[in-house]
Amino acid sequence: MAESVRDKVIAIIAEQAVLDVADVRPEATLAELGIDSLGLVESIFAIEEAFDITVPFNANEPAQSNFDISSVAAIIAAVEKLVAEQKA
Amino acid sequence: MRRVVITGAGTINALAHDVPGTYAAFREGRCGITELDIRDMERLSVRIGGQVHGWNPETQFNRQQIALYDRFTQFTLLAAREAIAQSGLTFEADHLGLEAGVVLGTAGGGVNTWDENYRSVYEEGKNRVHPFVVPKLMNNAAASHVSIEYGLRGPSFTVATACASSNHAMGLAFNMIRSGMATVMVTGGSESMLCFGGVKAWEGLRVMSRDACRPFSANRNGMVQGEGAGVFVFEEYEHARARGAVMLAEVIGFAMSSDAADIVMPNKAGASRAMAGALRDARIPPEAVGYINAHGTGTAANDKTECAAVADVFGHHADRLMISSTKSMHGHLIGGTGAVELLACLMALQEGVIAPTIGYEEPDPECALDVVPNVAREAKVDVVLSNAFAFGGFNAVIALRRV
Repeated sequence: MAESVRDKVIAIIAEQAVLDVADVRPEATLAELGIDSLGLVESIFAIEEAFDITVPFNANEPAQSNFDISSVAAIIAAVEKLVAEQKA
Repeated sequence: MRRVVITGAGTINALAHDVPGTYAAFREGRCGITELDIRDMERLSVRIGGQVHGWNPETQFNRQQIALYDRFTQFTLLAAREAIAQSGLTFEADHLGLEAGVVLGTAGGGVNTWDENYRSVYEEGKNRVHPFVVPKLMNNAAASHVSIEYGLRGPSFTVATACASSNHAMGLAFNMIRSGMATVMVTGGSESMLCFGGVKAWEGLRVMSRDACRPFSANRNGMVQGEGAGVFVFEEYEHARARGAVMLAEVIGFAMSSDAADIVMPNKAGASRAMAGALRDARIPPEAVGYINAHGTGTAANDKTECAAVADVFGHHADRLMISSTKSMHGHLIGGTGAVELLACLMALQEGVIAPTIGYEEPDPECALDVVPNVAREAKVDVVLSNAFAFGGFNAVIALRRV
């Protein structure tokens, strides 16, 4: 299950960044991958659709959204947590 | 070049159903943002808005009219009635109607009509809709009904530039009188998209606040939608003077610019060029400006960009002028917002009272201007600007002067 969340999130980010899945390193930030604020909002929408979860994210205060977007790995961890909470 | 004055003003918005009530709310710093009262609200995550309450179209229009008037048209007609009555002008039996037109802004037009009829065919599976769906929802419906109602037979159309629609409309109306295309223009704009689909679309962008619109405050967390209309009578100065009309203000400058950059992110250079352009068009130095009605949406991005642009254009004078966002009180009326906000400019010039930015809680070093926090202020100002910076990167700024 954890593996599949990871793969799906990476696939979503790769598609947004127009990169190969292999080029989306876990430690990379979205900015490094060339994803801007609009791309971020679109990625979050894709994650919500893929996992049928609600991601608490307000573009005005990303730091207070309780959804860590500081790196690809952080996003994966945050999605795993949300899936566990919301699918429990 | 011909001069242009404003000889009538009308409105309906979350604060009041007329201009005096809106001025009173501005003076009190009253908030018109409430919990929304719309169908399927439980499926929305954003549940507040600057909604017009106590609106009963049956008291204003007959059954045939209501069948043709979307809510945005109803709001427009109410505001136009107030503005035209104040101006004292009549057009129908008069030659003046041939030299008078109407140009209004709206971003969405009849959004409620779209929403209701999509529901009917998609959700309820109906295969038949009311025959007036198209003439009701079209963006120019409001302008057309104003033209029909008052006999305005000159140049008339509708402008849709998202959140700058009204400012573009009023700027064009100003230039049409200035250039001799018209003697009188009814102008402004309206919006009514506080329905399930209209709010849901904005939710998607994740820039909406769930609790309040707090422009320039460090703890701001987004914009809040509003609805309503603002309509004005713009009139050629000599024409107004000859008939002894009361002049609310003179329109002295207008400029528009395009960022040519990002479809949603604001841009300092584009905003600066629009403000500087309006000053140049008005032939006034930056130091002449006493008050700016900000675009001030309460998003992280807009407010800091707008303040940086003001600092850019006004230099040291940026610390002396006042700038406030009345969206904190009536919400963001999208295509109608510049029109309702022009009222704060008229109030500043006519009554010497600056409408506050309410909900201001924490200073933001990136918005370190005098934002007239929370409490209205008495101040004599001679020249004011009204900013509008739209999604799509289209900016429109109007300059007014005390008569």
